[in-house]
Amino acid sequence: MRASLFIACYNDSLFPETGRAVTRLLERLGVELDFHPGQTCCGQMHANSGFRAEAFSQAKRLVRLYEKDEIVVIPGSSCVAMMREQYPGIFQELGNESQRQELAAFLPKVYELSEFLIDKLQVEDVGAYFPHRVTYHASCHGLRGLHLGDRPFRLLSKVRGIDFVPLENMDRCCGFGGTFSVKNPEISQAMLTVKLHDILSTKAEFCTALDNSCLMHLGGAMHRQYAAMRTIHMAEILASTEDCPTEVLT
Amino acid sequence: MSAAILDPKLAPPFRDAVLPVLRNPMLRKNVAHATQVIQNKRAKLVAEKTDWQELRASASAIRTHVLENLGAYLEQFEERCTAAGGVVHWASDANEARAIILDLLRQENATEAIKIKTMTSAEIQLNPYLETAGITVHETDLAEIILQLGKEEPSHIVVPALHINRSQVREIFSRTMHLENLSDDPKALTAAARHYLREKFLRVPTAISGANFLIAETGAVAVVESEGNGRMCLTLPETMITVVGVEKVLPRFQDLEVMLQILARSATGERMNPYTSLWTGVTPGDGPQRFHVVLLDNERTSILARPKERQTLKCIRCAACMNHCPVYRQTGGHAYGSCYPGPIGAILTPQLMRMEYAQTLPFASSLCGACFEVCPVKIDIPAVLLDLRADAVNIERKEAKRAFDLMYLGLRVANTIFSRPWIFHTAQWFGRVGLRAFTGKDGWIKWLPSIGGRWTHNRDLRGLPSQSFHEWWAARAKETK
Repeated sequence: MRASLFIACYNDSLFPETGRAVTRLLERLGVELDFHPGQTCCGQMHANSGFRAEAFSQAKRLVRLYEKDEIVVIPGSSCVAMMREQYPGIFQELGNESQRQELAAFLPKVYELSEFLIDKLQVEDVGAYFPHRVTYHASCHGLRGLHLGDRPFRLLSKVRGIDFVPLENMDRCCGFGGTFSVKNPEISQAMLTVKLHDILSTKAEFCTALDNSCLMHLGGAMHRQYAAMRTIHMAEILASTEDCPTEVLT
Repeated sequence: MSAAILDPKLAPPFRDAVLPVLRNPMLRKNVAHATQVIQNKRAKLVAEKTDWQELRASASAIRTHVLENLGAYLEQFEERCTAAGGVVHWASDANEARAIILDLLRQENATEAIKIKTMTSAEIQLNPYLETAGITVHETDLAEIILQLGKEEPSHIVVPALHINRSQVREIFSRTMHLENLSDDPKALTAAARHYLREKFLRVPTAISGANFLIAETGAVAVVESEGNGRMCLTLPETMITVVGVEKVLPRFQDLEVMLQILARSATGERMNPYTSLWTGVTPGDGPQRFHVVLLDNERTSILARPKERQTLKCIRCAACMNHCPVYRQTGGHAYGSCYPGPIGAILTPQLMRMEYAQTLPFASSLCGACFEVCPVKIDIPAVLLDLRADAVNIERKEAKRAFDLMYLGLRVANTIFSRPWIFHTAQWFGRVGLRAFTGKDGWIKWLPSIGGRWTHNRDLRGLPSQSFHEWWAARAKETK
C-alpha cells in the first residue's frame, strides 16, 4: 500500500521525531510512503483565530498538493478535524466550484494515524514493545471531532511490555486550544492545572496522545515543574521495538 | 466577592475579567462542585434514555422548524392568546420592553411586584429600571432571593447563585432577614426563605415572569421550575406580566412532550422538573384576571437573518453547555460580563450586542466541543464561535489599531510564512537561530519576550531541533540513492 504523509507545520518544526516514528512504523508495516516537501500548514491556527481568508488560502494549497495521492496519513487529530469539520464550510464560503470538487476528492483520502492503522491496514498489533507505565490523553478533536473511540486503546493494548493506566476525567480539555493558550493564558493555565493533576495522579512515566499540540502544552508544564513524567506521541510508542527503542530513550 | 455589573457594555475583556475570579478559591470550588454534581446527575439520566439521540434530533428539528417559520407562529400565538383573554405586546428592544412593563405596572397602581426567575428580565435589566421608577421588585426563586438580598449578580442561567455556598447563604439571610441564630442546614435556610416569601405572595397582587415556551397552537405560556414559587406567582396575583424572547415559541402543545423530557434532564438532571405550569389567557375566577405577554425582539430577528448563526436561537436555556464547559467551570459566570455566561453566552451576548461589545467572548473557548456534545437541541456552538471570531477579525481588519496588535500582526505574518514552502523553511531557520539565545542547556526555553511570554509564563517550550522533519526526509532520500 502506498500513502502520503502530512506532517503539520509544528510537527515538522518542533517534533520531527513524531514524523520519523510514523515513517518507521508504517514502513515496518509494509506501507510505501511519500512526502511532499511543499507542505506547510492546514490553516487551523488561522481558521480558529478568525482569519478565515488566510485559512482558505492555506487549505486550498494543501488540497491541491495531494491531488495525485490516494491516501493521506496525518499523525495529528486536530489537523484532520480541521479538514473534515471546517474545510467544507470554508470552501463553501470562499471557494469556487472546482475547488469544492477538489476538496470532495481529497477528504475521503484523509486518515488520522490510528484510523489508518485500524480501519485501513486493519492491524491492532503493530509489533511494538514499550516496557513503561503509560497513560493516554484523548485530545478533544480526536475524541469529539473524529470519534476515534477505542482505536487508541486497541493499539496500546497490543504493545508488549506496556503498563497502561487509564486517565480519570479523560474527556476533559487540557486547556491548550491553539491561540486560546496565548490569548487567554491565565484561564488556559487554570484548565491545565486541573488536567495535570489527573495526569500526574496516574504515576505513569509517559503521557501519550495522538496530537502533539496538547502534548506541547502538557509537556511544557511538566518540564516547568520537573515532573517525573514526559509526553510522547503515540506514534513513537508504536514505532518502538526491542531492537530499536523509541528515540526519547536513546 | 463584590458583584460584577453584568452589562456587556461595561464589562472588561474576558482575559481581564477572569483575573479576580481565578484568585477566588471559594468561588471556584463552589462552581466546580456544583457543575460536577449536575453533570453526574445528567449523565445518569441521559444514560437511562436509550432514545436520547433521537430525542435530541427531534428537539433540534422542532426548534429549527420554529425559527424557519417564526413570524407565522408568533402571529398564531398572538391570535390564540388574545382570543383567550391575554394581551400581547411587541417590544423591539430592551427600552421598549421596560417601558411597556412599567406602563402596565403604573396602570395597576403597583408599587411592588413579585417575580418568577427570568433571565430575559436580566437581559433587559428590568429590576434596576423598575427600582428607579419607584417599584419594588421581590424575587421569589430561592437563588434569586439570595442574589437580591446579597446584592449579587447571577452566574448561571438555571442555578443563578451557583457560585455561592450554603454558609454564604446563611450569612446573607441572617444579615438581611435579621435571623441571628440561623444555621446553614438547607432545611433551615429554605424555611427562612419560605417565611420571607409567604408574606409577599399573600400581599403583592402583581407578578412578573419569563417563559420557557409559548405554544402557538393554543396561545399558552409554559414555565418550568423546581420550587413552586412560580406556581404561587401564577395563582395568587391579580395581574401577570410575562416577558419572553420571540424565539421561545413552539408550534404545538404536543411538542412539549419532547421539550420537557429533554429540558429537565439537561438542566437539572431530573426526569421531570417538579412544577410545570401552563396558562392560557385568563380564566374567570381562577388565577390572574389580567394577563400580558411582552414579546421581546432585542436583536433576535437580526440573529435570525444570519443563516449560520441562526441556530443560536434554538437554545432552550438548559445550561448543560456551561455545566460541561472547562472554561466556565474554572471561572463561573461573572467573567462573561452578561447574564448569559458560558458557551451559549459566548455566542449569544455578542450577537445581542451586534458585535460592538463583548468581542472577546467568542475567543473565550478552547473549542473542545463538550458544549455541542451535550446540547439537547444540537447547537453547534464551536461553529458559531468560529463564525463570530471571523466577524471580530473582519471588524479589526478595518481598524487602524490593528497595526499595534501583535496577535493580529503575528497571524498575518504566519500566513505569509505558510504561503510558500521556501518562506516556511527560511522562517524555520530564522526561528532556530533566533531562539538559540533563549534556549537553555537542556534544550528548553523558559522565557520568551512579548507574546511568546504568554506561553512561557506558565509553560516551557522545547527549543527548535536542529533538523526538521522535511530536512530529515530529504537527507534520508539522498542516503538511500
